[in-house]
Amino acid sequence: QDTQEKDKSIPPERAEEAKLKAKYPNLGQKPGGSDFLMKRLQKGQKYFDSGDYNMAKAKMKNKQLPSAGPDKNLVTGDHIPTPQDLPQRKSSLVTSKLAG
Amino acid sequence: FLGAGGGNDIQWCFSQVKGAVDDDVAEADIISTVEFNHSGELLATGDKGGRVVIFQQEQENKTQSHSRGEYNVYSTFQSHEPEFDYLKSLEIEEKINKIRWLPQKNAAQFLLSTNDKTIKLWKISERDKRPEGYNLKEEDGRYRDPTTVTTLRVPVFRPMDLMVEASPRRIFANAHTYHINSISINSDYETYLSADDLRINLWHLEITDRSFNIVDIKPANMEELTEVITAAEFHPNSCSTFVYSSSKGTIRLCDMRASALCDRHSKLFEEPEDPSNRSFFSEIISSISDVKFSHSGRYMMTRDYLSVKIWDLNMENRPVETYQVHEYLRSKLCSLYENDCIFDKFECCWNGSDRQVEFFSLIVMTGSYNNFFRMFDRNTKRDVTLEASRENNKPRTVLKPRKVCASGKRKKDEISVDSLDFNKKILHTAWHPKENIIAVATTNNLYIFQDKMN
Repeated sequence: QDTQEKDKSIPPERAEEAKLKAKYPNLGQKPGGSDFLMKRLQKGQKYFDSGDYNMAKAKMKNKQLPSAGPDKNLVTGDHIPTPQDLPQRKSSLVTSKLAG
Repeated sequence: FLGAGGGNDIQWCFSQVKGAVDDDVAEADIISTVEFNHSGELLATGDKGGRVVIFQQEQENKTQSHSRGEYNVYSTFQSHEPEFDYLKSLEIEEKINKIRWLPQKNAAQFLLSTNDKTIKLWKISERDKRPEGYNLKEEDGRYRDPTTVTTLRVPVFRPMDLMVEASPRRIFANAHTYHINSISINSDYETYLSADDLRINLWHLEITDRSFNIVDIKPANMEELTEVITAAEFHPNSCSTFVYSSSKGTIRLCDMRASALCDRHSKLFEEPEDPSNRSFFSEIISSISDVKFSHSGRYMMTRDYLSVKIWDLNMENRPVETYQVHEYLRSKLCSLYENDCIFDKFECCWNGSDRQVEFFSLIVMTGSYNNFFRMFDRNTKRDVTLEASRENNKPRTVLKPRKVCASGKRKKDEISVDSLDFNKKILHTAWHPKENIIAVATTNNLYIFQDKMN
C-alpha cells in the first residue's frame, strides 16, 4: 500500500517521530521504555498522608476549608485531602444497562 | 458448522444489540471483557463498574430455521467493588479485566472473574423447585406451634419460577502487587494461572490461601525495568506449558516441569527488528496486548498495535503469518500517542471449532477504531472490515464490508483515516466455540452477529 508518495525516503514512523519531537523537544531519549512502564505500574496510586492532613488542617483552622480541586490525584501539602477525595465504596448497586 | 470457505465466505448478519442507545456513556457501563462458555450457550460480559452480565442462548426453535437462538439475560451480579488500600494509598478499580469459564461438570456453571488484584470463582446455579409442606414451618416461614401439629406429612418439591443465583465460592486475594492482566485455566481443570505486570502465579481452584509464583521478572533495581508482562495463557492440551507476552513484543514459552520458578524460558519467540525502521514508537507499537493459542496448540496468535501475528510453536525466530489490522495508522502515530490511543489494548480471537485439529483454526478476528472489526482468513488470505453500528441492524441483512481510504482520492462509501472516530474502539470480541456466532463489544454496547443461514 503506497501511502507515502511524498516522502518515499522517510518511513512513516520516522516522519511521525519527527513530528512528535518537534512538538515535545524534551521528550526522553529512551524510546518507549521505563517511563511508560513506571507510570503503568503506578496506576491507581493516590496520595493521602495523615501528617499532611493534620498540618494543613492546623494551618487552615481560621480559613475556610478548600474543596477538592479538579485533579483529585494530587492531594499533598497545603491542600487538605478529605475523605471525599478518596473513592467511595458504592453502596447502591445499579444494574448494568446490558441487562435492561 | 464452518463451511469450506473462510472469513469472506461467511456472510455476517446483525442479530442483536444490548445496551443503552444514548451517546452519553457512564464509566461503569464500559464493557471490559466478553467471553463465551465452552458450549457457547452462555455469553458473559464484564464492565468497568465491576458487574457481570450473562446471556443465555434460547433453545433453537425448530420452526425458525433461519436463525439460531437469541441471547437473553440469564444472570447479572456485582462481581467486584472498588477498594482503597490505605496502607499503600492505592485505589483498586472494580473493573473486570477478564472472565474465564470453567468447563461444566454438573448442573451449575462456574466462572473466574478478576479485577486488578482479586480473582473470584463464581457459581451460577438454577433453582426451579422449592420444598413445600414442612411440618414445623408455615409457607411464609413462620414457625408453627408444635402442639398444634396433629399429623405428619413429607415435604415435597414443587416447581417454581426459574431463579438464577450467582454466589462467590472462592476469593483468591492478596497475591498480586501489580495489576492482573490475565487469567487462564489449565487443561487439567484443577489449576489456573494469574498474571500481573511482573509476576505470574499458579493457583489451585480449591485453595485460596496459597498460590505458587512461577514467573518473576521484577528486577532487583526498579530503575532497570525495561519490560512488563502483558498477557499469559496455558497451552490447550499440555498442562505444564504456558506462554506469556511482553511489552517488547516477545513471547516466552515455559514448562513448569523444568523448574519451580520458570524465569528461564524454554522458548523465546521474537521477530527480528529492522534497525533502519526503528523509531520512538517502535517499542510501544510492538507491545503485545493479547495472546491466544490455536485449538490444537500447534500455533498461537499475538496482537500488537497494528497487526496480528501467527506463530508456529516450532519456530521462534519469526511469525509464520502477519496480518495488518490498520496499517494506515502508522502515519498517524504522533497524534495517536498524544491522545493515548497508541496504548489501547486490542484483543484477538480464533473462529470456533469443536475439533482440536489445526485445520479448523482458520479465521482471526480483532477490533479496530470507528467501531470497525476485522477478520482474516488464513487459507484464502482474504480479509474483511465490518462495522458494529445500530444503523446496520436489520436482521438477516448481510453486513456491508467497509473500507478505509488511507490517502488519495476517497471513493464513494470509503471513509478517510482522518474521519475515523478514535473514541469508538472495539477492544473485545468473542467467537462462539462451535457456531458462526460472534459477540462484538463497542464501548458500552454488545453486538451479536450470526452468519446467514440458508
